[in-house]
Amino acid sequence: MSEGAANRTLLPKLSRMSRFTFVDVVLWGLRVGVVLIVVGGTVGTLIKGRYGAAQWFDFLLFGLTIGSVYALVALGYTMVYGVLRLINFAHGDIMMTGAFSGYFVASHFADTGLLDRNPALAMLGVLAVAVSTSTIIALLTERLAYRPFRHVRGLAPLICAIGVSFFLEQTFRGAFGSSIRAYPDPKWQRQALSIHGLSIPLVEILVVIAALVSMLILYVVVQRTRMGTAMRAVSEDADTAALMGIDVDRVVVFTFALGGAMAGVAGVCYAFVFKQVYFFMGFTPGIKAFGAAVLGGIGSVPGAMLGGLFLGIVESIGPALFLDGIGIPAPYQLRDLIAFTLLIMVLIFRPYGIMGERMAKKRA
Amino acid sequence: MNQATTDPVSRARRQERSPFARALNIGLVFGVVAVYITVVGILPMFNTRWIVVGVVSLGHAALITIGLGAGAAVTARMKASEFLPLALASLFAGAIAGGLLALLALSMQFLNLRAIFIALSPAVQKTLTFGLGAPTGPVVLILASALLAVLGAALARAPAGVRKPVLAGLILVIIFGVFQELIQIMMQFGPLIGGLRDAIYTWEGLSPLGALVIFACGCGGALLWTSVLRAPLQARFARSALVRRGYAGVARGLLFVLLLVLFPVVAGSYIGQVMLLVGLYILMGMGLNLEVGLAGLLDLGFVAFFAVGAYATALLTADSPHALASYTALPSLSYWVAMPIAVACSVIVGVLFGIPVLGVRGDYLAVATMGLGEIVRVVVQSDMAAPLLGGAQGILQITKPKIGSFELADPVELFYLTLAASALAAYCAWRLENSRLGRAWMAIRDDEDVAQALGINLVKVKLLAYGLGAAFAGLAGSIFAVMLTSIYPSSFQLLISINVLALIIVGGMGSLPGVLVGSVALVGLPELLREFGEFRFLFYGAALIVMMRIKPEGLWPSATRRRELRASVQGAAPDDPREVAAQAAGQ
Repeated sequence: MSEGAANRTLLPKLSRMSRFTFVDVVLWGLRVGVVLIVVGGTVGTLIKGRYGAAQWFDFLLFGLTIGSVYALVALGYTMVYGVLRLINFAHGDIMMTGAFSGYFVASHFADTGLLDRNPALAMLGVLAVAVSTSTIIALLTERLAYRPFRHVRGLAPLICAIGVSFFLEQTFRGAFGSSIRAYPDPKWQRQALSIHGLSIPLVEILVVIAALVSMLILYVVVQRTRMGTAMRAVSEDADTAALMGIDVDRVVVFTFALGGAMAGVAGVCYAFVFKQVYFFMGFTPGIKAFGAAVLGGIGSVPGAMLGGLFLGIVESIGPALFLDGIGIPAPYQLRDLIAFTLLIMVLIFRPYGIMGERMAKKRA
Repeated sequence: MNQATTDPVSRARRQERSPFARALNIGLVFGVVAVYITVVGILPMFNTRWIVVGVVSLGHAALITIGLGAGAAVTARMKASEFLPLALASLFAGAIAGGLLALLALSMQFLNLRAIFIALSPAVQKTLTFGLGAPTGPVVLILASALLAVLGAALARAPAGVRKPVLAGLILVIIFGVFQELIQIMMQFGPLIGGLRDAIYTWEGLSPLGALVIFACGCGGALLWTSVLRAPLQARFARSALVRRGYAGVARGLLFVLLLVLFPVVAGSYIGQVMLLVGLYILMGMGLNLEVGLAGLLDLGFVAFFAVGAYATALLTADSPHALASYTALPSLSYWVAMPIAVACSVIVGVLFGIPVLGVRGDYLAVATMGLGEIVRVVVQSDMAAPLLGGAQGILQITKPKIGSFELADPVELFYLTLAASALAAYCAWRLENSRLGRAWMAIRDDEDVAQALGINLVKVKLLAYGLGAAFAGLAGSIFAVMLTSIYPSSFQLLISINVLALIIVGGMGSLPGVLVGSVALVGLPELLREFGEFRFLFYGAALIVMMRIKPEGLWPSATRRRELRASVQGAAPDDPREVAAQAAGQ
């Protein structure tokens, strides 16, 4: 009898122990490993003290700049996902189309001298063309590629989206060539403000301001207009929204247009920062921005903004802060590694992101 | 799966349109396609390849096909019984399609489009306007395309007894013209065949006389088949017992294998190289097929396993400072020992790769695996791993496999190695598909939660899918390493994962013959048409979209898929009121 009692007390304990499987060990190892690298690297770097305050400031600023571009792209992912439950794999390439069309306008203005004489007007022209191009292309992809899959479940829509991404890239490659083209670089873009001995490149300020203004406009559109309200309703529950008299087709088109416009702004900003365009440029920022959207909680507009900024800053500071300290040579080559690791960690451990608890329940 | 494309309501609405609106629509679609292939540079590339030397290039053929296709599409969409309205509508559609191209040609003349679109060279303009200049050229283009459309409509309406032989003849001419290099190499043997070759080919390609001969052969063959041979053969096949049909299947399979073995010997080492590449993609395709086709795990980091197989082989066998033999106590291994180790490494990496993403589902899984694949590439390429893996410079001087003192150096010899490996892998894949494990994979593909409730151990089954899929890719990578004798991280791009995914989707997910069909179509064909190579990824993208829309089950679907789809078509009672109404309206 005492044996039975012992069994009864022992068994739950044992079974709890046996549930802690090999898989859990690996996952915990992953967690601990990443934390160790982050903490160890940070401590190591700070002890070494190779970087001064000015450099950290530069990293932070660059991270903010690139992060605001990611945030703009992430908005497109998150809104489309909210409405259609579809990862628009081609969204990074839609950003590329904006950057490319902006490039042609900018180089034309550079040839005619407008870019130097009247920078504000020229940049507005570049932005207008880029935004309209990527909006049109986003709408075309929606109409031709995604609409037939509106009610299809499973892998088909995602595979189609991968196909769209390839198709866009290779179309641009065929039409405009596979070479990397240098973006025009007028003098005023190279200026820097200096405040208290810290120099701030003008480009970065402009990019951050452009991104913030666009996000503000988007936020107002989503929160205050009728269409924005309809969009939020559809992303809450498409069937109920349709019963309430919302034209879901129009909302989807509107969402793609908004996402495309944001991608257009992002494309111009990205090309502005890195000074080059080529057909494959949309792929990596697209994936990273998707990570940012998941990080912020997919389907959540403010989440995408915060996620993008966070990702940008981590990616910019990370190589110096985490990797340099543990003695890895040439840590800047591994910037993408940090971004992708963050992406995977989020997908594995917190797929509902920071602000997206609501969506997570629906997914599961 | 494609219920949206066959949505009865929209189809009913489409039928209400007036014939001319429909013709306009078709003309615009075909015109946009024509303009697109011109702007992207496919047409200029096609123009460099003759079908009949000095008469018709592949570019002309593409434009002619677009004209004919516009007419045929009009015929297919309109159910008019008389020919005259049909001819008018196709005339209109063809003119619209030609008009769009003419507009492009005109704007090329007056604007400097080449500054932006690199493909729009003066040569292209000359092709489009027949070298006639501004006013006449475009008019001729519009007229020609309108007439072609009428011809297309006539062909589409013609009785099958006429249409089929003509089409067969044309297709045969195109095949003989486009693949002339390959066919000429194969016709080198013997005075009789050699004489035949001289009769139909010049050294550049098909001669006009040869084209006529082949067209006649195609027509005659098709006529003979439809009128004399088909009926008795079908009757005989229907009469033969099931058992004998099984034997016939085996015999056909043996014939196919024999053909595969002998073909590269006849066709030369270039074909051997192409077939070797196709074989490698078949291996990878079968691996990814286990993951995506059977278990439903969309893995975009598949190239990582391929890379592991290649790098493991290189590290174990290479004659270079990066090889393990040069700085550890390990001896330099022969290929036959290294290959199983490389496969084992791939399996281990596959399982390790699978563990973190066990709980990730659907779309997120695709992105997570892609991220993992990219991480592998970034790490291999970086300076951090350079002392071990050679960094961006890669590992050189990998020794070729040897049997005794005989070195498998030629692509044809390596092809036989690949063939043997593929045969073994295909056998394993075939057995797996029908095993308890295969059924468990299909169960988790269809519904993970239900499968778990039925007692399937998700962790074990999923990890087996990753591990076994990786084994196939590792084997392919191992052969890839000895094929090139040097490997670089830039060979292991995400593009390869997409490539493999595209080929199993085109062939049919979960179908072994589908993998073969997909590899031949997506890897073999672009490799044979060398200038095609630049545009192959464009075709992959288009193939993914088009297959998902039109034929999501693939070109050669697996028996299970076919059964499922057929069952759903038969069993689906139209309980949706919209659908019932639409059907009533349609009748």
